[in-house]
Formats: sequence, structure tokens, C-alpha cells
Amino acid sequence: MGRNEGNCVNVVIGGEAGQGLVTVGQLLAKSLARSGYSILVTQAYQSRIRGGHNTFAVRVGIDEVMAPQEAIDLLVAFSAETVPLHREELSARGLILADARFNISDDACLHVPFEKLTAERYINTAALGVIAQILGIDQEVAGQAVQDLLGKVHLDIVQENKKALEAGFGWGKEQAASALHLPSVNKPPQRLLMNGNEAIALGAVSAGLKFYSFYPMTPSTSIGISLAGWARELGLIVEQAEDEIAVLNMALGASFAGAPSMVATAGGGFALMVEAVSLAAMTETPVVIVVAQRPAPATGLPTRTEQGDLEFVLHAGHGEFPRAVFAPGSVEQCFELAKQSFYTAERYQSPVFILTDQFLADSYRTIAPFALDGTPPVQPWSTQGLKIEAPYRRFALTDTGVSPRLLPGLTEHLVVADSDEHTEDGHITEDLSMRTRMVLKRLTKGEGMRSEAVPPEHLGDGKPEVLLLCWGSSRGAVLETAASLRSQGVRAATLHFSQVWPLVPEQFMGHLQEAQRVICVEGNATGQMARLIRQETGFHIEERVLRYDGLPFTPEYILRQLEH
Amino acid sequence: MASVKDYGQYETAWCPGCGNFGILLAVKRALAARGIEPRQILFVSGIGQAAKAPHYLNANLFNGLHGRSLPVATGAKLANPGLTVIVESGDGCTYGEGGNHFLAAIRRNIDITMLVHDNQVYGLTKGQASPTSGEGFVTKTQPEGSTSAPFNPIGVAVAMRAGFVARGFAGMTDLLSDLIQQAVIHPGFALIDVLHPCVSFNRVNTWEWYQERCEPLPKTYDPTDWNAAMAIAQQWEERIPVGVIYRNARPPFTERMGRGPLVGQGVDRDKIKRIMGGFL
Repeated sequence: MGRNEGNCVNVVIGGEAGQGLVTVGQLLAKSLARSGYSILVTQAYQSRIRGGHNTFAVRVGIDEVMAPQEAIDLLVAFSAETVPLHREELSARGLILADARFNISDDACLHVPFEKLTAERYINTAALGVIAQILGIDQEVAGQAVQDLLGKVHLDIVQENKKALEAGFGWGKEQAASALHLPSVNKPPQRLLMNGNEAIALGAVSAGLKFYSFYPMTPSTSIGISLAGWARELGLIVEQAEDEIAVLNMALGASFAGAPSMVATAGGGFALMVEAVSLAAMTETPVVIVVAQRPAPATGLPTRTEQGDLEFVLHAGHGEFPRAVFAPGSVEQCFELAKQSFYTAERYQSPVFILTDQFLADSYRTIAPFALDGTPPVQPWSTQGLKIEAPYRRFALTDTGVSPRLLPGLTEHLVVADSDEHTEDGHITEDLSMRTRMVLKRLTKGEGMRSEAVPPEHLGDGKPEVLLLCWGSSRGAVLETAASLRSQGVRAATLHFSQVWPLVPEQFMGHLQEAQRVICVEGNATGQMARLIRQETGFHIEERVLRYDGLPFTPEYILRQLEH
Repeated sequence: MASVKDYGQYETAWCPGCGNFGILLAVKRALAARGIEPRQILFVSGIGQAAKAPHYLNANLFNGLHGRSLPVATGAKLANPGLTVIVESGDGCTYGEGGNHFLAAIRRNIDITMLVHDNQVYGLTKGQASPTSGEGFVTKTQPEGSTSAPFNPIGVAVAMRAGFVARGFAGMTDLLSDLIQQAVIHPGFALIDVLHPCVSFNRVNTWEWYQERCEPLPKTYDPTDWNAAMAIAQQWEERIPVGVIYRNARPPFTERMGRGPLVGQGVDRDKIKRIMGGFL
């Protein structure tokens, strides 16, 4: 595939839900991150608590790893079923690591006598020891990861786990070949190990989030888990509402009264929120809405990934009003765009969206620590000292469409907002000339959003033979694909949209026109982004690489499609 | 000190003789009697003729979607517990479209007052059966009569041990004003179901119908007796008890949550830095 496999190792741990493979995966990821490697995790799981077959894949390298890889270098089988399910993906140098009791007859298989190494309940940790030894991780680093992750909840069993880890290392040293040994990193840089949802949560609190309401829905739930865990320390309120309708209405109430607010859900939950999206627009109440996409219609594939809700989010809500839609392409962008969403929502007193998906939500990656200073957080109460003449008009008509926002109860003025069309002071009106002025006022805010739109990221040749266009979470796979094409002598470039609305054609039309071929890569069945670009620019992108089987893009997948 | 005048006098979109006028008057009197300034109050309402009521007085107001006023009010109260939050909407909005929120608000015991204008019919959409319409209630859309049993809001609220449960009648404004005062100072969720006629679309439950039946609870009645309250909650056809039917001292949501106001709280970057350090 033209990829430098020598620099990367792809470890896939497979097993049933409830076997603890996520814990082992996280321990491995932590150990690798602290050893100075770059990693990228892809989690594939079924919508069930126990059983089924799940995988936790860690791709590790010295240089930045940006995308998942299909070829498996080390397949760790926690159940016998893992081997037949993934044997075909094993690379030429690939190894299988399985419990000797599975009796797997395969030349590539290392049969680990786990029952001799440790007690049944510590087999996972012993397996971690073997994996770590094969990859060349220092035993102390792995031991510390065990201490840090398990010590919090299972202090008593840390010692037993460390013994099992040691046994695994010992067996690995004697029995396992070291073909997959990673070159060691001198002076490992400080790296965070974080997934997309955690980065959204962290970005939100550093931008000033104070209120978060939610109803559990995969793959958005872990944003709430992070925030709930920090709520006491940071003085947040995280409230599980009775349904998604309540979720967004509650966030609007909190925001109206002055608490920067966010909600997160998946497509189905967002469908229930849609009326309140329109309410946010009409009452000009800032709110950040995260839609973590998964395959639909209806319940679809609850734990898999897709980019199928672009058009839904673009059009959600009755009536015409402006919105901004961000689509982070990396964990770093999850953090940065979560912050940006709060600033945009506050500045334009509007609903702002973050479109992510299961792949990015669950994908742990090594990233440099974020700079937490910089733009001050959103503080809607900071403008309350403004000298405002009575009677206060919450929806005063202005050139920018943005009216001074006061909060109820904090000044001598009364704040009135209405879901009905309203006068400048917020009361119901049927004055039709006021109606048209209010429509234009709201739409004018869209001009401001447009002037601040994040331009798409263009990388590579200015006049490429092939321009790969993408948005959101597929960025890494597309960048690696382009690198691979270049190594084959193709002049390739990429254009990644981390903001998909408003689109500003002047920012990217030149790139489209300069390319010999433009190919749109997106995770849905109908090419929604290609259609959107045509709608906004008239530029028709004929070639598409689409994926809608529930799995994330890989460079291999894109290259295979390009060969066709 | 606020007076009734501070709450203003506005033209309304209600029919002459509507029960809403009595409720609006009682609200203004109650707030003035408690000395609450308009700027300290946030009304949240839904959609319907009742939900327009807060437009006809001076106060902060968020007039949201049909059925969704309780979650908006909950969010606002959590953001700024210093606000006196009053939700005002009709029976369709509160018990029909917003039924799930009604149950959740009782469970949370969020410190707000829920004032339901209950006229047993949809008025704004011109006369369809509502969740509290009697069985057999004939309308243009239920020409053979409503076939569902009426929702008993008092019975449900008492069964769920809501913090404060009362029934008022728009024709007894002094009593209603007193109930509203009690509800506003009650720490926790306070429901007042206010019966009133719809003079345009309810030919059954008229002023006379209510006046014949509504009867204040005796002074000896003990609203902390849950079993007695359950029995009172079942009384309807012949005699309709009016007054505080049930109350308890369960601590409100904000108190159990243990947070101060969210509004005005800055961001402590050192704490966030420490949290980020946990990802190393």
C-alpha cells in the first residue's frame, strides 16, 4: 500500500464485551503514550453489555499517527473467535497472541500458557505484559499505568495485577520474537492521551461552560461522563433530563439566565431537540449542540460510525435562521472548535453545532497539552454594567443584527423573550412590517458568522493531479492517503473542512479549480458534502469515495476505492 | 415595596368574561403582597391563551414552546437560584404536550411555582378536548365525545408526593392570591391547578358549574396528611375542594444539588490545568 509499515505497529485486541479488553487497551495506550510514541485508537463494539465481538485497536508509531490501519501486526485474542474473524487482516510480519487453551493452529500464533502465569482474573494484565514486552515497552512504565488506572478503584488488587504483568513480561522475554519491537524514544515529550469526546468536554469548560444537560445516547454519552466527573470541582451543573426535548429546553433556560450551556446527543436524540433549535434561534439564546453521528435511519447501528447527519443538522429547525456548524477532524480540533463554538454562540446569540461521530468520539490519541490561556472564557454577565436606557429592548434592531443581551434579575431592566414573532422589547406581535425587520435582523447575524468562518485546510501541491476533499473525522485517513499517493509519484493535495457552515466559496474555489481531479471523501451513502458544495458554488464533484458500512475511513479503504 | 400598579395594566387577547382575568389579577395581588419586585421574577410560559398571561404584566419572561416551559424554567432556576421562577400555562400545555416534564419537575422538586390555568378545553385552537376534559365531552374534533378518562393532576401530584399541591378557582381571587403567595415562598415544586371557565368553547364546565361545586377546604384540614390528601384528590363531581391539598418539607433540588448560582462564576484555569494533567 506504499505505507511505511516499519514505523508503525497496529495492535488489535479482540474479545467479548465484558472481558476487559477496553481496560487492557487503555493501559497499553497509556504505556505507549508515556513512552513517547504517537498512538491512535479505534474502538469497534456492539450495542450490548456482554458478549458479541469487540475490538480495541491501537496503532502506534514514532511519527504522528493520524488514521487507523486495517493490516494487523499484533492480534491479541481474548476469545478464540477473534482469530477467524481477523486472521485475513494479519500483515506478513503479523503475530497472533492467544491463550494456549484456545488450541489455535496457526504458525503465526504465540500460545500463551496464561493459566500457568496467573490466576484467571488477572489474565488481561498478564496479556498486557506479553504485549508490552513484544513492543519493547519498559516494564516500569507499564507498571505505573496499571497503578494509575487501577489504583483508583481497585487499590487492593494492584499488587496482584503487577505480579501478573511481571509474569507476562517474563514469558514474553523467553518466548516471543521481537520483530515488532518499537525503536525507543529518547526524552519522551509530555503527551495527553485523550479521545474526541474528552477534548470537547475540556474545550467547553475552558471556554466557560457552566450548564450541561443530557439524555444518554451513544456515542455522545462520554462527554457527560467527563463533565459529571469534574462538576463538583468546577462548580458545573450536569443534569440528566427526562428526554432530549427537555435537554435542549433546559439548556436554553440556563443560557437565558446567564449560564453558558451545551448539550450533546446522536441523530435520534437530536431529532427530538429540533423544535428547540428553532426556539434558540427565535429567542436568540446562545447554545452549543454536539451531534455525535452514528449510522441511521432510526436506531441504525448504535455503536458504529457515519457522517450521515450533515444535511440534517444544516436544515434542522423550522424557519429560516443562521447557524454555524463545526466538524473537527482531530482530537486537537475537538478542543479548539468546542471553544470556538462557545465564542460564536455567545457573539451571535445563536445555536452553534459540533458535528462529530463515533470514530472520533472514542478515538484516543496522543496530543500535546493544550494552552489554556488565550481567549478569555465566555461570561455573559460581564456586559451587565452597560448603560442602557429604559425601557430595555432585548431585540433592539442594530446594524449587525446583534442586540445587547442583558440577563434576567441582574439589572433594573426586564428581559422578555418570546418564541412568537416579537417586537424589539420581546412581546408578541402581529405587526407584519416588524416581522420582516426581525427576519432580516436574525439573518444579518449570519453575515457576521460568515465573515468569521474557519477556512478549509489545504495541504499539498497547489496544482495537484488529485485533490481529496473531506470534512470532519476523516481528515487523518485522507492526509495519510495523500502521503501515500505522493510516495507513488502522484501530485496529491487535501482540502479539509472543519467548519461546514457557513461555507465561503472565496476561501476554496481556487483550490477546486486548480486541481485536475477533485474527489470527495465522506462517510455517507449519497455525498452530502459534495452536494452542499454544488449547491453553494455550482461546482460539481463527480468523483466520490463514500463509506457507510459503519466503519471509519482508513487509507487502505480510500486507496482501494481510488484504484477502481 | 412593589404594589399591584408596578405590575402594569395591558390590553389582552382574551375573550370578555374569560377566567384568565381573575387569575391575572390574583397573580399581581399575590406578588405585590409578597413585596417581590418585577425584576426579581422570571415567568416562563408555553403556548395557549393561558401562556400569554405573563405578557400582560411587568416581569422578566421567557415565553417558549408549547409544553416545554418546565425544562426552560428548571434550567433558568439552576443558573440563577435568586430568581423567583413562575411557570404559567394551560392544561393542554402542561399535562398533555408537557406531561413528561410535569412528572420530572415533581421528582426533582425544583423550586418553582407551576400555575396551571385549567379550563378543561383547548381554547386557542378553538375547542378541542384537553387532557382534563371529562369523558364524553363533545367537541368538533370529538363529535362522539372524548373517549379518554380525564387526567387528575392533583391526584398524580399528591401520589408523587410533590412539595406543594393546591387547587384554586378563578372565581375566588382572594383565596387564589393567598395560594399563589404560599406557593411562591414554598421551597420546592409548587403546583396550583386553577379551575376556570372557557366562555367560548366549554359549554359544560361554566362559571355556574364551578361555582356550584368549588368549596374551600375546612380550616381543620391538615395538608401534611398524605392519606387525607389522596382522598381529597379523588373528589370531583359533586364537590370540588379548593385550597392547599398537600405539602411536605422535602428539600428543594437546588439545595440537594449543593451548588450556588452558575451565573457570575468565572473559570478557574488552574483547576482545568489540573484536570488536563490527569490525561498525561
